[in-house]
This record gives sequence, C-alpha cells and structure tokens, in this order.
Amino acid sequence: MGDLSPGFRGKTHAFAGRLPPGQYPTESFPVLSAGPTPDVPTDRWSFTLTGEAGESRSWTWDEMMALPQEEPTVDIHCVTRWSKFDTRWRGVPLDVFLDAMETAADFVVAESFDGYTTNLPLEDVTDGKAWLAHSFDGFALSPDHGGPARLVIPHLYFWKSAKWVKGLRLTLDDEPGFWESAGYHDYGDPWREQRYWSD
Amino acid sequence: MTEHPLYVDGNALAGPLGEVFAVDPTTAWRSCPSCRLPATLAQLHVYGPEPGLTARCPGCAAVALRVVTQPEYLWLQLGGGAGAFRFTLPAVAPGVRRP
Repeated sequence: MGDLSPGFRGKTHAFAGRLPPGQYPTESFPVLSAGPTPDVPTDRWSFTLTGEAGESRSWTWDEMMALPQEEPTVDIHCVTRWSKFDTRWRGVPLDVFLDAMETAADFVVAESFDGYTTNLPLEDVTDGKAWLAHSFDGFALSPDHGGPARLVIPHLYFWKSAKWVKGLRLTLDDEPGFWESAGYHDYGDPWREQRYWSD
Repeated sequence: MTEHPLYVDGNALAGPLGEVFAVDPTTAWRSCPSCRLPATLAQLHVYGPEPGLTARCPGCAAVALRVVTQPEYLWLQLGGGAGAFRFTLPAVAPGVRRP
C-alpha cells in the first residue's frame, strides 16, 4: 500500500467521476455570507410566486409544509471550489409551486429576505431539478445555511441555491442577480467551470 | 457568549481596490442613500472574501459596493444595482500570483 492511507484511497476512488473540474471534496459545510443573517421566524415566513404580469400566489409556512415533500440526496458544488457529496435535504420540489401558475416566462429570479437575488432559466428549476428545502441532514435548516428555507439546485454552482429565499419571480427576459451582475457567470454549470462572466 | 461577527471593517478593501485606484480609497466618504449615515469606505462592514467582497453601510446594511477578483481581473460594482466596472490589472512578473 506504500504511504497512502487505505481510508483516503478508498474515499477518492468512491467519488471518482463525481468531482467537477477544479473542485476539491470537503466533509465540512462552509458558510459564505454576503451580509447579515436575516432572522425570519416561520410564523412570519411566506413564499411568493410572482408571474411576469405581476400576478402572485403565496404560501405560508404551514401551507408549504403541507405540500408534497421529497428527500433528495445530492452532491453540491461551490464556486469557491469545495464540493460536498451526498448532502441530504427535505423540501418541496419547485414544480409544485410553479404548477400553480400559467406562464410564458423563460426565466426566473429567486429573491431572498436579505435582498439577495439570483437568476435562472425556468427549465433549470422544473422537472425535479430544484427544491425549496427546509431540512438538512434530518434537522431544521439552520439560519447560517439559509434557514428557515433555501433553494437547492444541485446541478449549478451553489450561489444559485439562494439562502433565506422568499419567492420566485417569473420573467420574460434574463435579469442578472447579485453575483451575476458583479462578474460571476450567468448560468454557472460546475461541469463546464462556468465561474466568471467570460468562462 | 458574544457571536463572532461575520464581517470585517472596510480597511479590508484597501488591498484589492489599491490595485485599481490611484489614491487611497479607504478615506473616500459616502452618505448612504438608504439611511443617510455618513461613513468612510474604511468604516463599511465587509463580508466575504468569497465568493466576493460585499461592503455594506454600517447603519442599515444596504449594499455600498461589491468586489469580485479573478486572477487577471477585478470587478467593482458600486451601489446595489448600478452595473459593474471591470478593471484590467497591471501585469505581474511571471510566476508571481496575486493573493
């Protein structure tokens, strides 16, 4: 076996093919913040879907928790180069909310309680590819990781998975969000290393 | 127990902005358009450094500016949604990397 520890070798082998280019695996869950952590009690929480003509539909916390739930286990990839495998979430597929409204929109802007925004093609948050998650690893999502609820969109860099999300706004045109308008890539595919605007 | 603050003061911007400004930017003064609090750039609350530096008003936390650095570029966005300016940085000697 030489100098290589069997445990390290085994883990590396197990994750072969699951690590996008330029990433390293981590077992911790780093917290990145662009501002103060908002305090959002669930009795004052709501999630609002706004259509391109301004019409809206909202769900309270209890209404959201009564919707069909899923428990995805997914790999997540941060643009700061860490990847975390097999993260376990519980939440509502975004399809459940989006099915409540007819739309001609091709894009969506996720909006958070702290003013953060991120833009996504509508097709990237439908067909079981994205969730509104309220639990992580069997426990209520902590505020530093975006609790009470955040988006989980594992096939894109994790800045697209907005913390403290309060709603989705459907748009006909693409509207760059908080980091997308400050140099980061508009789409953010980790397998194509779409980190910055020109990547 | 005192919670560890998530931010540092605006002097953290002296390094990256010093690469593109001809004068020391930390003494630049602004009046927050949201809450009117006057503050120098050094007094802003700076979150990050990754994925970028977000400097906020120390009074109301409104975004004052964002800085994103790549190996060869620095992006500077002033205010909340004013669009970002991208500066091309001076070349560094071969083999030398910016921190």
